[in-house]
Amino acid sequence: MSLIAITEVKKRFGDVEVLKGINLDVERGEVIAIIGKSGSGKSTLLRCVNGLEMIDDGSIMVAGAQLIPDELHLKALRLKVGMIFQQFNLFPHLSAGRNVMLSQMVVKKTPAAEAEAMARRMLDRVGLSHKFDAFPDQLSGGQQQRVAIARALAMQPMALLCDEITSALDPELVNEVLAVVKELAADGMTLMMVTHEMRFAREVCDRVVFMHQGRVHEIGPPEEVFGSPRTPELQQFLGAQLVA
Amino acid sequence: MMTFTVWDILRNLLLAARWTVLLSLVSFLGGGLLGLALLFLRIGKRRAGRLFVQGYVELFQGTPLLMQLFLAFFGLGLFGIDVPAWLAAGLALILWTAAFLVEIWRGCVESVTRGQWEASASLGMGYVQQMRYVILPQAVRVAIPPTVGFSVQVVKGTALTSIIGFVELSKAGTVVTNATFQPFTVYGLVALIYFALCWPLSKSSQILERKFNVAHRHH
Repeated sequence: MSLIAITEVKKRFGDVEVLKGINLDVERGEVIAIIGKSGSGKSTLLRCVNGLEMIDDGSIMVAGAQLIPDELHLKALRLKVGMIFQQFNLFPHLSAGRNVMLSQMVVKKTPAAEAEAMARRMLDRVGLSHKFDAFPDQLSGGQQQRVAIARALAMQPMALLCDEITSALDPELVNEVLAVVKELAADGMTLMMVTHEMRFAREVCDRVVFMHQGRVHEIGPPEEVFGSPRTPELQQFLGAQLVA
Repeated sequence: MMTFTVWDILRNLLLAARWTVLLSLVSFLGGGLLGLALLFLRIGKRRAGRLFVQGYVELFQGTPLLMQLFLAFFGLGLFGIDVPAWLAAGLALILWTAAFLVEIWRGCVESVTRGQWEASASLGMGYVQQMRYVILPQAVRVAIPPTVGFSVQVVKGTALTSIIGFVELSKAGTVVTNATFQPFTVYGLVALIYFALCWPLSKSSQILERKFNVAHRHH
């Protein structure tokens, strides 16, 4: 069975239908890149997977936890999928280490000593063990995003959702974050990432999903999607990316 | 005819100023507690609670404090309840203070970005946990300077209670003037005492604001 099963998902904001029946199954250990123009619904789809947006129709299952809009079900779902945001969203009033410890202690009731040990391991994994006591505004954007990754990992999710996680970074900081993601992929983490980093998608991902006007327009291994795009929309999108 | 020294006047005013201080403290603390309760209704999920607090705030911010004092003092009397001046004064000021604090604090909670809600939700936290560990700690930091600043308004607001006969600093000023016929000296001293109470508050509000702006990272 797939780890993430997205079936006939529809979502509308007011009169605008942003997702028009999405079907997508993600296997354990798979790395999926979602590409497409802004407004194609790719971020919305990702946000639905851990219940930041509610769906109007269809179903989303992650390892047996279903997306149902009440606090108990949402919590069960969110314990299975972590999320990394474009704007990092670290808690500015807590040190990096405390950021990683907080949800373990509050949500999982992990004792402080254990949570701290886990936080140190996770910060080490993203190469920031020396920044345990630093506050978010003392860190660069790339470092903040790596702390955010450590924070999500500390909850030991089965999958990670990455919503344009390098888009707010200065160009020279993009690679340190992508390197961490690459390592996660190599370690077998299941990843769904909305990204504009086409080179990275081509190198690291197992499958690429091209979304267009609220539908999965093309899907396949990167060689296929990037090498021989079938539809004019994808050809145009990739062409525009090359020029940009 | 008796003569009064400046010290005589000042001593009597200072004795009455104790009531101004006490009434300010009661109003501020009581208003703060009530304001906190109203805040949770105002930012809560239940529509009825939000509308109630919205109406409450509009009512108390949209009418003069003086009218509220009159209503508390004479209005309850209509129902046969004999309200002493201190009770009417305390009650009206508490309700009035709460109406302003709840709006100040609501703004502070809403100043915490959406991303903080989303990040904490995506980590599995429930509403109460998000509030307690993520949102309120940040909102409190924003709230302290304007809250301390508003306490100045409370101190000055107590002056109005003299009209319903509560003997605090302003009322004492009138009484002393009637005895001494030295209005300029008396009211000058009254103003100085108010200033001595309010100035440290507004100054500390400024200092706190600067402190939290520069170093809001350090806990």
